[in-house]
Amino acid sequence: MRVSIDEDGCVGAGQCVLAAPDVFDQRDEDGIVVLLDKEPGEHLHEATREAALLCPALVIHLAE
Amino acid sequence: MTEAPSKPTSGSFPTTRAEGCPFDPAVGYTELREKDPIARVECPAGIDAWLVTRYDDVRTVLSSPGLSSAVPVMGHANSEVDLTQAGTPGSIIQSDGEAHSRLRRLLTSEFTVKRIQALRPYIQQLIDDHIDAMLASDEPADLVRDFALPIPSLVICELLGVAYEDRDQFQRQSAILTSVDVAPEVSAQANGEIQQFVAQLVVSKMQAPTDDLISRLITRANESGQPLSVQELVVLALSLLVAGHETTANMIALSTVALLRNPDQLEELRANPDLVPSAVEEMLRYLSVVQFGLFRAITEDIPLGDETLRAGEWLVTSLASGNRDTSVFPDADSLDLKRKASAHLAFGYGAHQCLGQQLARVELQQVFSTLFTRIPTLRLAVPFEDLKFKDNTLVYGVRSLPVAWDART
Ligand code: HEM
Ligand code: SF4
Repeated sequence: MRVSIDEDGCVGAGQCVLAAPDVFDQRDEDGIVVLLDKEPGEHLHEATREAALLCPALVIHLAE
Repeated sequence: MTEAPSKPTSGSFPTTRAEGCPFDPAVGYTELREKDPIARVECPAGIDAWLVTRYDDVRTVLSSPGLSSAVPVMGHANSEVDLTQAGTPGSIIQSDGEAHSRLRRLLTSEFTVKRIQALRPYIQQLIDDHIDAMLASDEPADLVRDFALPIPSLVICELLGVAYEDRDQFQRQSAILTSVDVAPEVSAQANGEIQQFVAQLVVSKMQAPTDDLISRLITRANESGQPLSVQELVVLALSLLVAGHETTANMIALSTVALLRNPDQLEELRANPDLVPSAVEEMLRYLSVVQFGLFRAITEDIPLGDETLRAGEWLVTSLASGNRDTSVFPDADSLDLKRKASAHLAFGYGAHQCLGQQLARVELQQVFSTLFTRIPTLRLAVPFEDLKFKDNTLVYGVRSLPVAWDART
């Protein structure tokens, strides 16, 4: 699974960080998403899919 | 604006809940979802609007371009509102596009998961103090007045950097603003006072910044090369108060009623404290306190299902209805604290999705991991049937909540 994000569209709602804290974080300065892991391991796939589903700005893209 | 031939209206915007079912949305949504999911309805404000009721459609449309939030909040559901008035300038909730993202980006760092986690101990302390006070008092307790209203209000004081000695006054005024039982003059006066109070607060932070949201916001905007005016800062601070106080307060009190009416669920929660985070999501879904949904103006044609929503028309998305859509939440009309409900719509969707949601979550999580543990025998002090609910305000809730418990012997 490859994860990509479109930072410009992020609205900093933090849903991704709650769903998959090992994959996503938020920058301290402006709350915008930071991708911690571009190719999360198997055990993180479900949480990463959840994050993509929850993101209100649809800026988390997954290629599986 | 073109005269678009839209389909005829099929009825009125649902506003009335069934007798004895204070937790279920207004009657009519189930049928709309099944038979007319993208409906045209007549609204109390005297306009016709599109009403979108299915979960998937609500998400799709709220994340489409072509919508404007520069409209009166709840403009469709309020017969007294003037729809020719655009939103308040500088208001994050009522702004669009670049203006909206600028305001939002100036604030997001204050509401990150990490930052809000750091407030947890403070919130817990507030909860404990208010429970202590209720337990120690000889007066009959009203959980709305004594607990649900003050806690979110004090959290916002902390966030905004309101001085301790001013917090009582701030809280009194914001409690008046959220009440449905006060005379219009009283509420207008409280409104004026709170505006003035917030304006003074902003000016004092400009002169002598401290370590709080407003001070940091001023610095951040200055550093961005586009400083915020006093007026803009006042509007922003007030919108945090308005958006974060009543919503959270109503969720605290209404969730308590819902748990007391679902004793088996309450038992599960008590037996399994790890259930609290999912229970909070489920209560947000089940109760959907932003009861009349989100109102938008359509600025560009939006294809949705078999319809085209045309520029110049109005749109209402029902969060409460989407949250009861059985294709996403099986057996959606029952409260099931073990359900995976986190994809609910209670915080909206799209670019305006609740900025304060992590804060609301932490407040509700701390409340529901504490309240029934500290007061195990908590119960209604009046018959359930006597409770009065807020049927015509933007945010749904219970007006007052008399409670009692067994004295420790
Ligand atoms: C359970 C409690 C809460 C609920 C149910 C709730 C619900 C909502 C909803 C539905 C929206 C979307 C409005 C729209 O799209 O037009 C929203 C936006 C917003 N909420 Fe909340 N909210 C809650 C708590 C809070 C708290 C605690 C704060 C902050 C102190 C807050 C601040 C905001 C702000 C600033 C916006 C506007 C965001 C924007 O327009 O970009 N909310 N909220
Ligand atoms: S969920 Fe989406 S919008 Fe929210 S912080 Fe993550 S990437 Fe940004």
